Amino acid sequence: MSGHSTYEPKSGFERWLDERLPILRWSADHMMSFPTPKNLNYWWTFGAILAMCLGVQIVTGIILAMHYVPHESLAFNSVERIMRDVNYGWLIRYLHANGASMFFIAVYIHMFRGLYYGSYKAPREVLWILGCIIFFLMIATAFMGYVLPWGQMSFHGAVVITNLIGSLPIIGKPVTTWLWGGFAVGGATLNRFFSLHYLLPFMIAGVVGLHIWALHVPGNNNPTGVNVKSKEDTVPFHPYYTVKDGFAMSVFLIMFAVFVFYFPNVLGHADNYVPANPLVTPAHIVPEWYLLPFYAILRAVPDKLIGVLLMFGAIAALFILPWLDTSRVRSMRYRPTAKLYFMIFVLACIVLGFCGAHPPDQQVINGFATFQLLDSDLNTWVWLSRIGTLYYFAFFFFILPLLGLTETPLPTPESISEPVLSNSANAPAGAAASPEKRG
Amino acid sequence: MADTAVGAGPDHHAAGDDPNRRDFIHIAASVAALGAVGALAWPFIDQMNPAGDTLALASIEFDLSKVVEGQQVTLKFRGKPLFVRHRTSAEIAAAIKDDHASMRDPQTDEVRHKPGKAEWLILLGSCTHLGCVPTFGGGEYGGWFCPCHGSVYDTSGRIRKGPAPKNLEVPEYAFLSETKVKVG
Repeated sequence: MSGHSTYEPKSGFERWLDERLPILRWSADHMMSFPTPKNLNYWWTFGAILAMCLGVQIVTGIILAMHYVPHESLAFNSVERIMRDVNYGWLIRYLHANGASMFFIAVYIHMFRGLYYGSYKAPREVLWILGCIIFFLMIATAFMGYVLPWGQMSFHGAVVITNLIGSLPIIGKPVTTWLWGGFAVGGATLNRFFSLHYLLPFMIAGVVGLHIWALHVPGNNNPTGVNVKSKEDTVPFHPYYTVKDGFAMSVFLIMFAVFVFYFPNVLGHADNYVPANPLVTPAHIVPEWYLLPFYAILRAVPDKLIGVLLMFGAIAALFILPWLDTSRVRSMRYRPTAKLYFMIFVLACIVLGFCGAHPPDQQVINGFATFQLLDSDLNTWVWLSRIGTLYYFAFFFFILPLLGLTETPLPTPESISEPVLSNSANAPAGAAASPEKRG
Repeated sequence: MADTAVGAGPDHHAAGDDPNRRDFIHIAASVAALGAVGALAWPFIDQMNPAGDTLALASIEFDLSKVVEGQQVTLKFRGKPLFVRHRTSAEIAAAIKDDHASMRDPQTDEVRHKPGKAEWLILLGSCTHLGCVPTFGGGEYGGWFCPCHGSVYDTSGRIRKGPAPKNLEVPEYAFLSETKVKVG
């Protein structure tokens, strides 16, 4: 797909520059004329939305760093000063705080899309793994960013998460002390988290560059999962997808704005507006919503070390996914059985999210008596999270490997163009739907 | 050099290009560079460990006469809460009674306080599960209860129920006089 260049320098200056630094040629080839499958649906717009999210976080973050003080006795007040006194500080901070949630909404949709349409399969394994690295860096960045306001949730969240590492045998304790820079989470920890929170987004930007590079070698996957066969299957990126992405970004920004202007704190925790106090733990510690499924997996097992290993394993499974799925059909559009298991997987992730938000011993259905199974009552969040965890891992390590060998997929089309041209009912309907939405 | 004459052929290396000597230089240079990188890496890693001033503030002294029987004072020790509990005789009796009960981290009450000072229980107030601060008076053993994940400790600070793997840690401390302790 990254065939030869179609760029023609238009002026003397462009010709001059092209011979010295072909940056305009590069931009034209990768952002304008890049051949893109013509059947990409709106699930494919989240790449552009994510690039926008990263941009928003970096710009607002750099501004916040101009007013924020990474010191244990000044941090909380400096954040309050941003909220009350700095011109438009409230706006910039709410954009940054809600922007993190928006970033994760978009990345989860982007990942589920890749999972559904088999975008991780050959020849896109490296593309997928780079995406997993970005996701992991995002989690680390978000966690450290949440510590910076130095409220009660910030502080005790940091205590709980860093203590996870302490469960590792032998190296656990020295590594936690090393991370803390002291005997507990404190000023030294805050200061280094600020430094790393500033660094990691630029590392993410670097990996995003590699991610797009790896995308532009084989080119985009598409909803049929069928390879691009000819020029007829593609359209140039501009204007077709610049416009489509632009529209999706606008819709996404409307939702973003609704949160920023009407519900700026709904995704956070009231406890974080109480200054950090190492001597009192809030009654109910929970991470931000986007980490809840992983938190539920952590708490699903009574053993601390196994819980930690499972939680990291849940992310590690994503990295080896390209070699776990044995099916040769990319898109689950042609894998009816896999589609069903995929839907259950999405449901399991959402259920795990709810499990992570509730105390493990609390009843799922209030007042419904069941029996004691092993260590807990069956009608508790801990048992629900065990079921969710089991399905999460079964999906990757049993269902996907076995299903590829046993299922009978539907016939895949000859080319991207075929289903569009043969099914005339689909094409005009899709074409007409867009103008309606815009109106 | 003598060895250049030996085995001279059409595409022979120039003087000093003997493959073995070149390999040796490559290996020696690589090893030296690797050693240098390793040696340089250590300061960059170790800088994150507790600094000198942090270590210097690592011990505290405390006057016990301020704590009346049945009271608990929470101090800050190395950034973590430190519980100084003046135990009632009922609490001590309950702790001794359970000395041989089935426990995850079996310990007798005697080894958790200084000899002859059973009324003074000094503990790190950091749950051994994930470091939350347990509250006194919760849970069914009359000791501490951790609000985060439901660990229950008895009146000796031993883990009795819940996910925590260990008893509440007894820090290093010594009685300087009848009423004064030095922790750390």
